[in-house]
Amino acid sequence: MNKTILKTYNLTKNFGALRASDKISIDLRVGEIHGLIGPNGAGKTTLIAQIMGGLKPDSGLIEFDGTDITSFTTESRAQAGLGRTFQISQLAMDQTVLQNVVLGTVGERGGVWNFWRPVLAIQELRERAMESLSDVGLADKAATPVSELSHGGRRQLEVAIALTLNPKAFVMDEPMAGLGSDGSKKMTIFLDNLRTRAPILLVEHDMEAVFALSDRISVLVSGMVIATGSVDQIRNDARVRKAYLGEGS
Amino acid sequence: MILTRENILNFVITAGLILVPIYAVIVEEPFTITLATRAVIFSLAAVGLNIALGLGGMVSLGHAVFFGLGGYTMGILAFHAQSYIPLFEWPILIEGTKQMLVVWPLAMIISAIAAFVIGLLSLRTGGVYFIMITLAFGQMFFFFSISWSAYGGEDGLSIYVRNQFPLVNTLVPIQFYAICLAILMLALWINARLAKSSFGLALSAARQNTERVRNVGLDPTSIKLVAFVISGAITGLAGALFADLNRFVSPTMFSWQLSGEIMVFIIIGGIGRLYGPVLGAIIFVTLEHFLGGISEYWLVFLGLLLLLIVLFSRGGLVGLLVGRERVHE
Repeated sequence: MNKTILKTYNLTKNFGALRASDKISIDLRVGEIHGLIGPNGAGKTTLIAQIMGGLKPDSGLIEFDGTDITSFTTESRAQAGLGRTFQISQLAMDQTVLQNVVLGTVGERGGVWNFWRPVLAIQELRERAMESLSDVGLADKAATPVSELSHGGRRQLEVAIALTLNPKAFVMDEPMAGLGSDGSKKMTIFLDNLRTRAPILLVEHDMEAVFALSDRISVLVSGMVIATGSVDQIRNDARVRKAYLGEGS
Repeated sequence: MILTRENILNFVITAGLILVPIYAVIVEEPFTITLATRAVIFSLAAVGLNIALGLGGMVSLGHAVFFGLGGYTMGILAFHAQSYIPLFEWPILIEGTKQMLVVWPLAMIISAIAAFVIGLLSLRTGGVYFIMITLAFGQMFFFFSISWSAYGGEDGLSIYVRNQFPLVNTLVPIQFYAICLAILMLALWINARLAKSSFGLALSAARQNTERVRNVGLDPTSIKLVAFVISGAITGLAGALFADLNRFVSPTMFSWQLSGEIMVFIIIGGIGRLYGPVLGAIIFVTLEHFLGGISEYWLVFLGLLLLLIVLFSRGGLVGLLVGRERVHE
C-alpha cells in the first residue's frame, strides 16, 4: 500500500444542533484519486473547509505529510503543500490569466516582499507560470483578463494556479461544476494524468467522472462516512445504494 | 515605455505641472505658484492614500492622521528650533531643527509607526467597520491635538520662516514648488514600480480575493498592513510639506473633512489610477480657487461633479479620458 499523505481522525464539526461532520476519518494515499461523494447537504464542503483551514473543527485531527496541521492557517497549509481548487472560482478578476498564475509562483518561490522589480519580467516565475498554463491548455489565453475568460477557462485556471505550488496533494471541490460534457471529459483526462504528480481528494457531483477516475471512493451521508472502498465495492455496497445511489434509481 | 493613451495623459499633466508655474514666474503671479504647490502637496497626500485605497482596497477615512502627524512633526521641530528650547534634554539632548532633510524622514517614520498600529488594529475588520475604525483614530488624533496646549492647542502653531534645504532658497515660491514637485514625481515613480512588483501583484490580488491569496500560501493581512504603512508614510511626508507651505499647523490637518477631501481627490481622478490623485487634486484646488471666489457654497458644485463622476465613470476622470486600465503588457 502506498504512503498516506493526508489523513483526518474523527473530525467533528457542529453548527448548533446540526452535526455537519461526524467523526470523519478519511485518508489520501500517494498516487491515488480519492473520490468523495454524497448527496447535497452531506457535509462535503464543510469537510473540505476544515481540511483547508477555512473552518476549525470542534474535535479531531488533520495530519498532512506526517505533520499535525489542525491548527495551521490556510496559508501555512498551502505552503506545506496542499493545493486547492474551489467549487466557485476564487480568482483575481481584474488581473490577467498570467498574473493570476504568477501570483501562485510568487507564493511558491517567495519574493512577495519585492517592491521594485516588475514581477512579469522575472523570467523564472514567468516560465514556471507558462508551464502550468500549458499543462491545463490555457497558454494561448495568458494575456486575457480573467473577467473575460469563459467559465471553463476559469476552472482550468484554478488548476493551473494550484499546479504552480508544486503541491504534495490536491484538494479539489467540484472541478467539473458547470463545465458541460465536453469540458468534463477533457478535465477527466487531465485529472487522470495528474494523479501521478500528486494525489487528489476529489469532491465531485459528476458521478460518471468520479467512478471513472477514482481509485477509492468515500461516501458521506449526514456528516458521516458510511463507506470507503474501491469503485466496485461502492457500487455494490447495500448501504450506499440505499442511502445515496438509490435516490436516483 | 509604451505610448498608451494613459501615458500620454500622464505626460500632459506632468508638463502642465512644470509649465504653469514657470509661466506664473514669467508673468509675475506668485499666487498661482502657491496654488500649484498646494495642488502638488495634496496630490502627494492622495498618492499615498491611493496605495492603500486603489491598490489594496482599504477605504481609510483616517488618512488625515498621517497628514497631521507629518505637519506636527515639522511644526514641533520648527517650534523648538525657533524658540531655542530643546525637545528633550534627557537622556540625550535633542533640539528642534529647520532642515527639511531631517524633518522629512522623521515625519515619514512617525507616520509609518502610526500607520502600523492603526493598520494592525483596523485590518482585523473589513468593509464599513474598517472605515469606522480609521475614522475613529482620526478623531482621536484631532481631539488630542486640540487639547495639546503646549503646541498651540486649537490655535495651532505658527512657524516664522520656512525650513531649509541645501543649495535651495525655499522662501522663493518657485524653488519650494520645485522641491514639492520633485518629491511628487519620485512618489509616483515608486507607486508605479510598486504596482508592477511581486508585492503589488499580491496586494492587488488581496484586494480582489483574499481567499485566492491565502491559498497560494500568502498572508493577505500582512501584505495589506505593509501597504498601509507605505501609504501612511507618503501622506505624512505631504503633511510636512503642507505645514511648510502655510508656515502653520493646526488641528484641521487631523480633521475627518481632510481625510474625506484626500479621498475625494482620488475618486474624482480615478481610484487605483497612477495619476488619478494628481488630476483630482489639481481639479479640487482649481475649483476651490475659482468657484470659491464666486460663492462660499462652491462645495455644492464639487459635490455635483463628484456625483456625476461616480454615476457615469467608474475610473474617475482618468477612466473617462483614456478608458479602462490596460491590465497587461
